[in-house]
Amino acid sequence: MSVTYPDAKGRFGDFGGKFVPETLMAPLQEIEAYLTEALQDEEFIAAFQHELKTYGGRPTAFTYANQLTESLGGAQIYLKREDLNHTGAHKLNNAIGQALLAKRMGKTKIIAETGAGQHGVASATVAAKLGLECKVFMGEKDIERQELNVFRMKLLGAEVIPVSSGSKTLKDATNEAIRHWVAHCDDEYYLIGSVVGPHPYPEMVRNFQRVIGDETKTQFDDVKGGLPNRIYACVGGGSNAIGMFYPFLGTGVELVGIEAAGRGIQSPEHAATLTKGTPGIIHGSMTYLLQDEFGQITEPYSISAGLDYPGIGPEHAYLHASKQVRYESITDDEALEAIKTLSRTEGIIPAIESAHAVAQAIKEAETMDPSETIVINVSGRGDKDMSTIMEYFEGSDGLD
Amino acid sequence: MTNHTVTSTFAQRLPKTENMFIPFIMSGDPTPELTIELAYTLQESGADVLELGVPYSDPLADGPTIQQAAARAIEQGMTIQKAIQLIPEMRKRGVHIPIVLFTYCNPVLQYGMETLVKELKKNEADGLLVPDIPLEESEELKQHAEAHGIQLISLVAPNSEERIKRIAEQASGFLYCVSSLGVTGERAEMDPNISSFLEKVKHYSSVPVAVGFGISTNDQVQLMHNYSDGVIVGSKIIKIIEGEQSALLKEDTRDEGLKRVKEQITQLINY
Repeated sequence: MSVTYPDAKGRFGDFGGKFVPETLMAPLQEIEAYLTEALQDEEFIAAFQHELKTYGGRPTAFTYANQLTESLGGAQIYLKREDLNHTGAHKLNNAIGQALLAKRMGKTKIIAETGAGQHGVASATVAAKLGLECKVFMGEKDIERQELNVFRMKLLGAEVIPVSSGSKTLKDATNEAIRHWVAHCDDEYYLIGSVVGPHPYPEMVRNFQRVIGDETKTQFDDVKGGLPNRIYACVGGGSNAIGMFYPFLGTGVELVGIEAAGRGIQSPEHAATLTKGTPGIIHGSMTYLLQDEFGQITEPYSISAGLDYPGIGPEHAYLHASKQVRYESITDDEALEAIKTLSRTEGIIPAIESAHAVAQAIKEAETMDPSETIVINVSGRGDKDMSTIMEYFEGSDGLD
Repeated sequence: MTNHTVTSTFAQRLPKTENMFIPFIMSGDPTPELTIELAYTLQESGADVLELGVPYSDPLADGPTIQQAAARAIEQGMTIQKAIQLIPEMRKRGVHIPIVLFTYCNPVLQYGMETLVKELKKNEADGLLVPDIPLEESEELKQHAEAHGIQLISLVAPNSEERIKRIAEQASGFLYCVSSLGVTGERAEMDPNISSFLEKVKHYSSVPVAVGFGISTNDQVQLMHNYSDGVIVGSKIIKIIEGEQSALLKEDTRDEGLKRVKEQITQLINY
């Protein structure tokens, strides 16, 4: 199947596009022009692949989860190990790609938004490596919650800019990064962290993340032959999921995206955008979002800061509407239980985000036949979440 | 003018097409009743068009002053529907200049494009300005607006380059020129290339050309009058209202507060 989305207007079906102030149209067109050219340049592609390999540590491992599989007695479970990337998550793939593009465009500074700090750290890391200045916009609430990542970014030489507007979280950090960029687009490049935002960002980030799915396809074929039955990935903005799913679209593999149900989708505290949201505009893109009846964007909730976003990438909105991907949701409690399970059966502590995918896979694997196979994208590692996990289990006493 | 299914009232309500003063106020800030009074005061201070803002949770094109005004208005329960309902009250109060509703795209989508323009017409509004719908995404809204006699106001920016011609040629009502790159809010200095930018815009535009973003002093107003047909002032108006808020909110000092708002605005736009 040939996937032709997005179209010339940056639309994935009804979703995507460029809903931005006029002042942003020129910088977006500039990126589009350079990107098109870069993706046709073998040297650029080679440089990207070289950094992914020698700096990022790709290809990442592909692990058979034998004890987890045996304990559940259902489908055979494989893990794509994006947690083994430099800086601890898939975020680096995209940061490398976009930073190389920024350099090609002659920009000397990059700006980025961050929620939990993972994309901020990835951006600060790549900026240090490629000799770019880096500013990271972060909500004041998140700065309080993620002290360690703030320090990591500063240690890497980035400037962390506190955002006090709106709800002081990721959505507002993104707004503020865009507002800053409008005034400074001459020498600054906005390195967005997920498959969100106006065209061409969703397509570009997908193209820099599809390496996850491309590798998985080869690795699965090497160890098992053919294709897996199902693939699971967590979805906030949705970059690890799109990166994993994209090469499998139209192949017959059942693709499952997992949103954060927070304290439950019947409660007001969740981040289940596709399950509970409605179509509208957020950060320049037509997609599903959490909003009230008057179109004011509402605050999401998830214990996982990386999934705590009121929108979702427009390509996911399209894949949801066209039923090419099935979207489910997992609560805080289920995700934390899955962290414990994966840690104890496989010796892998996943990020809380990734644990949402693990939890859904565990639920479904049990009901599948042992001849069937599934792949879980372990998008990041749990080191960054230790204090949250400790707090949740009320110290080691609560673990058993 | 194109043939409208419903006649546009914008041109007939517009007092003049040169040296225009277009103030922005936020619906419901500080209260809906004061928004009506302030609209009248602005007209009496020389306003030619009123930009009536709908508060939005995520105003991408706005700086801190308008962001905070929006947050206060949302807190007060202001919505797109309530903002539209203020317009007939303004008309009753004696506001006869064109009123343009300023709203971000998402509230428009939730309300429904066609419903919105119908309601605008019914409630005696004249125009609509949506800062985050660029030309490429505006077709559907433009069709609805034209069918119902509502002028959809377009924006053009210093970096619009080859888009200037396309935007200017289809502009209706007036053409909103963004003075310099960035968000709304006061600026110490204007873009040094603004005169050549505005010259180019005026060349292609068949409607009056007004400049906004960052205009906050009488010097800037005078300078812009040399190059354009008018100025749009938002953040500075909000600041003036903020400064008089305590007087405005009390029954016995309200008239004095309104009088001082008028004095400050007269000073700002005097030329």
